[in-house]
Amino acid sequence: MSQHAHEKARVPFWRNPQIRAWIYQFIMLGGLLWVAFTMYQNTLANLEKRGIGSGFGFLQNEAGFNIGETPPLPVLQGGFLWFIAALIVGLFASRAIAVWLKKNDTTITASNKSVFAVITLVGIIPVLVLFLGSDSISFIRYTESSSYVTALLTGFANTIKVTILGCIFSTILGLFVALGRLSPNWLISKLCSWYVELNRNLPVLLQLFFWYFIVLQQLPSVRKSIDIGGWLILNKRGLYLPAPVAQSGAWPFCLAIGAALIGIYFIYRRSIRLLNERGTPGKIVLPSIALLVALPTLAWLTTGTPFTFEYPVLKGFNYRGGIDLTPEFTALLVGLTVYVSAFNAEIIRSGIQAVSNGQREAARALALKERHVMRLVILPQAMRIIVPPMTSEYLAIAKNSSLAVAIGYPDFVSVGGTILNQSGQAVEIVGIWMGVYLSISLLISLGMNWYNAKIKLVER
Amino acid sequence: MRTTRTLALVLAFVLTASCAFASTLQDVTKRGYLKCGTHIENPGFSALDSSGKRIGFDVDFCRAVGAATNVDVKYTPLTSKERLPALQSGEIDLLSRTTTQTMSRDTNLGLDFTVVTLYDGQGLMVRKELGITKASELDGATICLQTGSTTELNVADYFRKHNMKFTPVVFDKQPDVRKAYDTGRCDVHTTDVSGLAAQRSLMEKPEEHIILPELISKEPLAPVVRHGDNQWGDIVRWTIWLTMAAEEKGITAENVEKVSKETKDPEVQRMLGVTGTLWQNLGLDKDAPVRIIKTVGNYGDIFERNLGINTPLRLERGYNKQWNEGGLIYAPPFR
Repeated sequence: MSQHAHEKARVPFWRNPQIRAWIYQFIMLGGLLWVAFTMYQNTLANLEKRGIGSGFGFLQNEAGFNIGETPPLPVLQGGFLWFIAALIVGLFASRAIAVWLKKNDTTITASNKSVFAVITLVGIIPVLVLFLGSDSISFIRYTESSSYVTALLTGFANTIKVTILGCIFSTILGLFVALGRLSPNWLISKLCSWYVELNRNLPVLLQLFFWYFIVLQQLPSVRKSIDIGGWLILNKRGLYLPAPVAQSGAWPFCLAIGAALIGIYFIYRRSIRLLNERGTPGKIVLPSIALLVALPTLAWLTTGTPFTFEYPVLKGFNYRGGIDLTPEFTALLVGLTVYVSAFNAEIIRSGIQAVSNGQREAARALALKERHVMRLVILPQAMRIIVPPMTSEYLAIAKNSSLAVAIGYPDFVSVGGTILNQSGQAVEIVGIWMGVYLSISLLISLGMNWYNAKIKLVER
Repeated sequence: MRTTRTLALVLAFVLTASCAFASTLQDVTKRGYLKCGTHIENPGFSALDSSGKRIGFDVDFCRAVGAATNVDVKYTPLTSKERLPALQSGEIDLLSRTTTQTMSRDTNLGLDFTVVTLYDGQGLMVRKELGITKASELDGATICLQTGSTTELNVADYFRKHNMKFTPVVFDKQPDVRKAYDTGRCDVHTTDVSGLAAQRSLMEKPEEHIILPELISKEPLAPVVRHGDNQWGDIVRWTIWLTMAAEEKGITAENVEKVSKETKDPEVQRMLGVTGTLWQNLGLDKDAPVRIIKTVGNYGDIFERNLGINTPLRLERGYNKQWNEGGLIYAPPFR
């Protein structure tokens, strides 16, 4: 014992592996900090030497240029802040309820009071807050006299718009193509495999040019527009649809739709419960449709017209009014969706095929219908394989959306580039670009990782 | 893509140790060639000819400075977004790429504008069939333009001033702007008038487009150098002024050697380095002026060769006539 202690004491600290590991870590950290500090110093010194101004003060200056697509930006004050606060409180409270239920080992059923509590907290209260505060909600739209910050936010909104829609559409399209490739029908399966090979082997920029300069420019000119009764107008400058304009009855109408959706959710839960209890599912389709029609109609009749439509009309050079989908936006969305859907299809197909055939055979042996085999047995297991690589594809959409500048869509990079040139603040703008894209990517990763953790194999 | 280059330039700021720059003249002579930033493709200003050689109005001023310092010229094709960072970071020695002189560029970006080589203005091009004759009829038009220049701001200012609205469609490269306008995505194509003429010459049917008479901005285009190296700035300035003075004195590439031997005009003698030490004071040798004129000719030659009536651009001299013929081209005295 004493000899052991003696030996231990003799080992100098630099030969102790644990202390050595710590020392290496500290040296590494110090080195990294030193590199970062030197870079910072160099940048400042170089900018100073060349007489270039620096700092973010210029962002408050008036932008002065025009942007082609200016989605409304919510101003974070009043109603919106209360809505976000209510949502956050609701989410935390419902989480606490879930944890408490789990601790008490209560099984959650549709009839349980806590489910009502959660729905009230997360769904109804925030919507109510939004309703009550609807007068203080304001949106701003970018104009030439707005600041550079507003210009950047507008570009950011345009990027987010394409990214979110691209993720949704590419997943849906990818799923169909994957199922098509697995189809026993020779023609469908071949067509789908050609679709995949063609789209994933052509560079995405080339595809964007194809959609923008070749496909969409084949449309007729403004004076010869395709006009379907004033409801749908299609020409080289875009697709024009009537825009709903909110009237006095708009809020009750939206609330009624929301309430109907919540009601449908309960009808669905009831159907599952009945299926478990008596072996036959409760009715879903008819009561749902009835609810979805009845509630909004009631709201319409009691509070008056919810929306009127503003139709696009030809004034001077272009159609004005209504909703307008520009060819730039369409080309970018279609190009990214088609390109990424080819990859998504392969990921989904590989996920489905990775589920062992025994599962499928067992499900069939239980006389499940073919669509139930896919939806209840195969897909849930395939999801665990599908989700991690899908994250990369969603990230690809977010990042590839910056190719927008090539086809004239005012995304974040395009607007930032204009500001860079206008103000000459290259280091600051590139810094903002990097920070924002990093944040978008990290947010997508975070969401997908959360989803992945949720669907992973539950081990009992 | 295009941002890669901007990123690289920013990285150059971040990574390079803050070493002092030696004088640009020394750098250029030691290196043996001049690094000159120009357009990628803008006919008349900087474009490749059928043999793959770079020619144009801007290119000729690069060649003139190359001749002054007696070195070769290597061209760096740049988009308008990249051009200023490329000069700031030292990737090029001289930027000759239809760059408008403005106060903010001169004061906040560490740049120095040399001599205005072309007095230009932003114009608007439309299809003839629209029947439009003046810019005030353009309310509600869709306008195709290129990012990374004063163009965006000028057109926004003009429409704001006249209380009109427009929808911009902004591209990164001039050829894409042209394609979008040519296929009918936009009603109007806007850039400097000289640029519009160049772009029109490349359209499918050039005769179907007209440039409206209004100029919506002043665009004095000048080669740019980095702020702080005064000797280099003076070399570029006096090289350009030499070509202008040569036109005034009737000196051309063909007759310059003969004139330098035979002239009795004391100013021409000083200008061409026959007497005095004007060019040595600048840090060059006394044969520099003759070399410059032999390489590019005088200002009038440069204009007519690249932009003039007999080129596809069909531009008139306009403001760019000599001062004694009613224009703005005016070289200070050589003494």
